[in-house]
Amino acid sequence: MEEISSLKEEKDSVTLILTGDLTKNFSITAESILKSLKGKKQFILKNDNISNWDQTSIITLYNCLKYFLGYVDIKLQNLPEGMECLLSLALQIHPKKENSPTQKQDFLEHFGSWGIFITQRIKFGLDFLKQVLATWGHQITGTAVYRKKDFWLALEDCGPRAIMIVSLISFMVGLILAFVGAIQLKTFGAQIYVASLVTIGMMRIMGAVMTGIIMAGRTGASYAATIGTMQVNEELDALQTMGIPKPDFLVLPRMNAILLSMPILVLISDFMGIIGGCFVCVFLWDIPLSEYIRYSTMAFSIENFLVGIFHGLVFGFVITLCGCYFGINCGRNADSVGKATTNSVVYAIVWMIIMTGIITLICEGLGI
Amino acid sequence: MTNNSPIIISVKDLNIGYEGHAVMKHLSFEIKKGDIFIIMGGSGCGKSTLLRTMTGLLPALSGHIIVNGIDMVTASEEKKKYLVTQCGILYQSGALFSSMNLFENVALPLQQYTSYSSEKIREIVEFKLALVGLAGFEKFYPSEISGGMRKRAGLARALALDPEILYFDEPSAGLDPVSSKHLDDLILEINKSLDTTIIVVTHELPSLFAIGKNSIFLDNKIKTFSAKGNPKELLKNPPNERVLAFLTRGVSDETRAK
Repeated sequence: MEEISSLKEEKDSVTLILTGDLTKNFSITAESILKSLKGKKQFILKNDNISNWDQTSIITLYNCLKYFLGYVDIKLQNLPEGMECLLSLALQIHPKKENSPTQKQDFLEHFGSWGIFITQRIKFGLDFLKQVLATWGHQITGTAVYRKKDFWLALEDCGPRAIMIVSLISFMVGLILAFVGAIQLKTFGAQIYVASLVTIGMMRIMGAVMTGIIMAGRTGASYAATIGTMQVNEELDALQTMGIPKPDFLVLPRMNAILLSMPILVLISDFMGIIGGCFVCVFLWDIPLSEYIRYSTMAFSIENFLVGIFHGLVFGFVITLCGCYFGINCGRNADSVGKATTNSVVYAIVWMIIMTGIITLICEGLGI
Repeated sequence: MTNNSPIIISVKDLNIGYEGHAVMKHLSFEIKKGDIFIIMGGSGCGKSTLLRTMTGLLPALSGHIIVNGIDMVTASEEKKKYLVTQCGILYQSGALFSSMNLFENVALPLQQYTSYSSEKIREIVEFKLALVGLAGFEKFYPSEISGGMRKRAGLARALALDPEILYFDEPSAGLDPVSSKHLDDLILEINKSLDTTIIVVTHELPSLFAIGKNSIFLDNKIKTFSAKGNPKELLKNPPNERVLAFLTRGVSDETRAK
């Protein structure tokens, strides 16, 4: 087999002689070159009748040369034209060194920076909350800057357009509630109380929670995506340089729209859930419709209903807050819009659950 | 004319950048009223960061930006907001509000800052759109018009309040040579007829030679400016190699190859 390449050591230089067909059997390692280069100043690449070469051979060469680029003078001696051109292009700039090698943080350090991060985020969140609450002040004093059209568009989106999906999901939830409840109650022969179960369950909490989750996924996500895209498109910068406050212009119409539509949606959701329960009872468990209605109206209480509506209002607030917060704090590329949308939904749902807990505790305290 | 004009913006020892790491240091320059001032430099050298700092979108790390006698860096939020409304900005992509049509876009600052009647606003908006060659496009949404038109509509919005200072972020980016020339002509005409001070961030050579009356060259190697003056003068008497290389696309600079 013919010799492909060889290293030749001289007084203060090393020469790599390239011969023959480099596309076959050409292999050279950085270690072997580095070993021979110890104490030398110059590295010469010499052409000795190269018959054939390709990009792969150049890649191999570059990956050996990049280690001592800048430390040793590299000279290319009458290499084939294309090869010399490619190599000198690749070698013109020293590979960028990593600025600071990432040190592994120990546990305490990690914990500390996590704590700082969290407190910072809480501060940002509270600042935003304050700004949003202030927008209502601006509205009352008539200094708020927003377009009425935006409000109507937002209202249309989170009102009439959400009714179908909210109705469908609530109907299903009522159905499931009745079905699961009935199996248990049947063992006591107390099937008829399914009506009370569904009515109280939907009214007090399930209607609001289901509406909240649907609206978080539907409207909250759309708020985050819309505002995030505005950030990418420099529209938020334009707002700022026009001196238009972002919370007023972006959050206020959306917040008002969702707060207006949430009670109605919760009401629809309650109603549809009860119909869902009725459906199971009448068609599956042979409870007469009149009985279902009677027990249902007996279980109805205005307190439960109002607590449900209150939940809905709080959820609407949380959803808009999360959607707008993550939208406004979105980065400047497509990926961050996706992240903002995900975050808005996740945080909205988490906060809804937390708020449910808090409201339940308060109601417990008040004896409602 | 420009020699005797008062100074409208004066930047003193300004450091710009993002939390902790400065992109450009010790920037000092003055912009006279009625100037067309070019901020030039290679890609990624901090031109846009400088523009964002000057327009108040980004806090300065240190130094002073004095606009009409008020220091942007130390001014209160209220004053800053006032200053910001005194200038119009044309963003790289136009930054039109995508949920509004062109009429609503241009009308927004007018509704916000003037007490004109809606009839008067309509007249102004139609005039501004006609100025940039978009008469009759009031009902179009930004997504329905071309990139060049979007830029011109952005310019109409920036002009809405007759600002004293107009900023342009890479006006010719993404435009064909002819559209880019039209935009340059428009910039010159606005400057001449309204005596607006214009500040342009660009690295397009034809454009900066055509419109530039004064300029600053940002050098990312030394992290500060390395030349200022009229771009044509700079080309005749380049103060250093990198300016020459930039202004001649590196043609006359043989040393870079090594």
